[in-house]
Amino acid sequence: MPFHIVVCAGIIPDPLQTLEPIAGPTGPALKNEMMLPAVLDPWAGHALYEAANLAAHAPGSKVWLVSAAPKAKLQQVMMNVAQKASFELVPIDVPANGFTDAQAVATHLAQAIQSIAGLDRSRLLLFGGWESASRGAGVTMQIVGEQLGILDQFQGVDQLTLQPDGSFEILERIEGGRHMLSTCQGPPALLGWATGNLPEPRNNPQVGMANMRTIMPALQKAKPATLPQDALRYHSVTPPRQQRQTRIVKDRPAEEIAAELFQWITQE
Amino acid sequence: MSAPETAAIPHLPGIERQEMSVDIACVGFGPAMGGFLTTLSRKLMNEDGTPHLESTASRGMPLQVICYERADGLGFGVSGVVTRARGIRSSFPDSDLKQIPMAVPVRQEKLVYLLDPIGASRRSFALRVKDRVLRTLGSIARLRDHAFEMPFTPSFLQKHDGMIFSLGQFNQWVSEQITSSGLVQIWPSMPVAEPLIQDHAVKGVRLADQGVAVDGSPSDGFMPGMDVRAALTVVADGPVGAVGRQIDNLFGLPPGNQQHEWALGMKMVIELPENTTLTPGTVLHTFGFPEPEIFGFLYVHPERLASVGIFIPSWMRSPVRTGYRYLQHFLMHPYLWRHLEGGTLKSWGAKSLQESGRHGEPFLVGNGYARIGEGSGSTNVLSGSGVDEAWTTGVQLAEAVIELLEQKKEFSRENLEATYVRRRRASWVDAESKIAANSRNGFEHGVVTGLIGMALAGFTRGALSLPSRPQSLNKATSSLDAMYGSRISSSELDGLKKDCAERGLALHDRIMDRSGWPEVPLDGKLLISHQDALLTGGSVQAAPGYANHVIFVRSELCKECEPKLCVEMCSGQAITRGEDGVPAFDREKCVYCGACLWNCRAAGDKSNVEFRAGAGGLHSTLN
Repeated sequence: MPFHIVVCAGIIPDPLQTLEPIAGPTGPALKNEMMLPAVLDPWAGHALYEAANLAAHAPGSKVWLVSAAPKAKLQQVMMNVAQKASFELVPIDVPANGFTDAQAVATHLAQAIQSIAGLDRSRLLLFGGWESASRGAGVTMQIVGEQLGILDQFQGVDQLTLQPDGSFEILERIEGGRHMLSTCQGPPALLGWATGNLPEPRNNPQVGMANMRTIMPALQKAKPATLPQDALRYHSVTPPRQQRQTRIVKDRPAEEIAAELFQWITQE
Repeated sequence: MSAPETAAIPHLPGIERQEMSVDIACVGFGPAMGGFLTTLSRKLMNEDGTPHLESTASRGMPLQVICYERADGLGFGVSGVVTRARGIRSSFPDSDLKQIPMAVPVRQEKLVYLLDPIGASRRSFALRVKDRVLRTLGSIARLRDHAFEMPFTPSFLQKHDGMIFSLGQFNQWVSEQITSSGLVQIWPSMPVAEPLIQDHAVKGVRLADQGVAVDGSPSDGFMPGMDVRAALTVVADGPVGAVGRQIDNLFGLPPGNQQHEWALGMKMVIELPENTTLTPGTVLHTFGFPEPEIFGFLYVHPERLASVGIFIPSWMRSPVRTGYRYLQHFLMHPYLWRHLEGGTLKSWGAKSLQESGRHGEPFLVGNGYARIGEGSGSTNVLSGSGVDEAWTTGVQLAEAVIELLEQKKEFSRENLEATYVRRRRASWVDAESKIAANSRNGFEHGVVTGLIGMALAGFTRGALSLPSRPQSLNKATSSLDAMYGSRISSSELDGLKKDCAERGLALHDRIMDRSGWPEVPLDGKLLISHQDALLTGGSVQAAPGYANHVIFVRSELCKECEPKLCVEMCSGQAITRGEDGVPAFDREKCVYCGACLWNCRAAGDKSNVEFRAGAGGLHSTLN
């Protein structure tokens, strides 16, 4: 059975850069955020790679990538992502950053999905990240699903296996480092992916060229949208404390290294 | 179609490769390619939306132009950029370049001679006398913080009407302008392995294999690099780029030209302390410290950011020259430290500079290819300017390409000579490179002679210069005894060498310690370990699935080679002493500076290091 897979994917400032929260005129922001390169939210990235893999195993399937982000940044990210999997981009040009309201973003995403021409709800699988690297609310996908009336929702998914009868088995992460196995009769369904099991696909120039024929026109046509400025009020914002110590050791048993790391991590 | 001739990369037998045809294949995205694609993309379509320049690779489509960049992002370049921006400004007459993050017009410029406050610097007798005189005169000579501000900046160095940029931010901004048109595709994370050559013509490029082990053998997810065929290949992969160098290896350099002069540039972007008195637009050029041969710079960006760095030239004869520790001592010079103390390292990076200038120019064009940018010898070695020159060569090639396409002429050597090379020869880039051509004469005899030679060429606009030319790379390095024999006895040097060899350590730290350089007091903010700078400042990454790009060709030569300059000068400590005497390479630390390539002496004047195409490297857009 061919699927219509819609992947909701945000972008985030490259976590390899120095990220420094500041109090901006409209709330918290990252210092010089427009100077920082952006990457696809890694949680959503796993969802995209799983979508591409599923589409490859279900001939006739199609993948859309719906993203709410500043257009210029999204364009930058597409130069990397478009080489990895075939998809059609549905951009929403909003000044989103790591401090936007999940409800507002989800509403934009749901509206954009509803406006996709030719999307067959009976074949719809809505993919996204279970979490986000920009904020840990983890509710955006759930709200998108609710707004689209998708009742079968799975979060923390690590594996989806198609069954001969068209149903699929889903492995969801649950407490205690274990998985829960569920069976879903079929679309429509929402899957918030954890890490999945697939490696990042290789860069394929032909895939990139084919994608760009639709991505650039879509970006050029993307209409600017707004997000409410007063939906959320942050009392304080603190980045994770970074601590780094470097030492070079050779020929040391792994157990000793692990023990020292444990001691180092737990010392405070 | 016959199989393409191979250049230098060993090929996997029996591997079927996908092919793709475009009109123009471009290698490397930097200022030169920015100029090329900016100019070309504006002429691809008519105002009514029909193609102005039609594709022959895909009939009915506009010209198909695709650019491949090795780095994981288009803003991961490194340079300390202060430029007059003549070419850049003329490309963006309606844009305010100050809108580019970290860009600012030059407000004040100083040339500063730094004395040695420590007493560890290797200074000649003439310099020591000069220093003594300056110190004796003290405030009369306007000596302050062990530095002498020159009363004027020579006209050939001045950038008074120019701009300070962050190269990373500039490249990022330019790429956004280009790609937003939707007419040109630029793909990062896509190294180009080699040119495709048939019948002495370049027919396109072969992309690097993915899904391979470090030795290049197929591994999980093997994907052979695609062959991208093109009527024109534009080579802008810089001075150590794999494609440019393979073309040079195959076709040679024009008679009399050589690429013997290099420098390693290493820089930091520093957030200045809150109470800084440095104002945006300040430019400091320095010389004299940490060693007389090392030139330095400090450029102040907006938002309390400053680019600070040094250049270590190939004519600095020390066989244990290094970048990082010298950079730290440079920061701590009292003249600079008064501004930098309390600052925080935001970014770090390094790159090689091809400093032969006009004398290092390769064949600019051939059948099916053209060279632009630093790898084409465009850097002006007198003014110390390369970005604007590189940009302008890209613009010139684009204008030539448009002319040839409009006239439906092929990209033959003759046609490219008559259009691109003609434009370049008639431009300010070429006129100024003639003035600069012999300005480096004399440095092989010492820094004082070199500065005299530079001044002579600069003030006479190239009419006069010292007669001598820099020696070949192999002759430009002294022995350890010759360099440090006056400070460290031969037996002690032998002991240090032996000890470092046994412990797998580089020599330079021990030699510097022993020569009187104090230990750097690490503060965890600005003065941090080399590895911390690499990982937190440069955020160096290496995606899995690519082969090692640094290859030691003949291991028996490496075993005999001492001291191993590739190890000593490796900017990222990615090359270390291997257990069997052959250097070990860790691609996860490589910043693609290429210093190993031109520092290698193991095979005489020919490098025993092969620097191939690879992925990854620096992940900072502030540099």
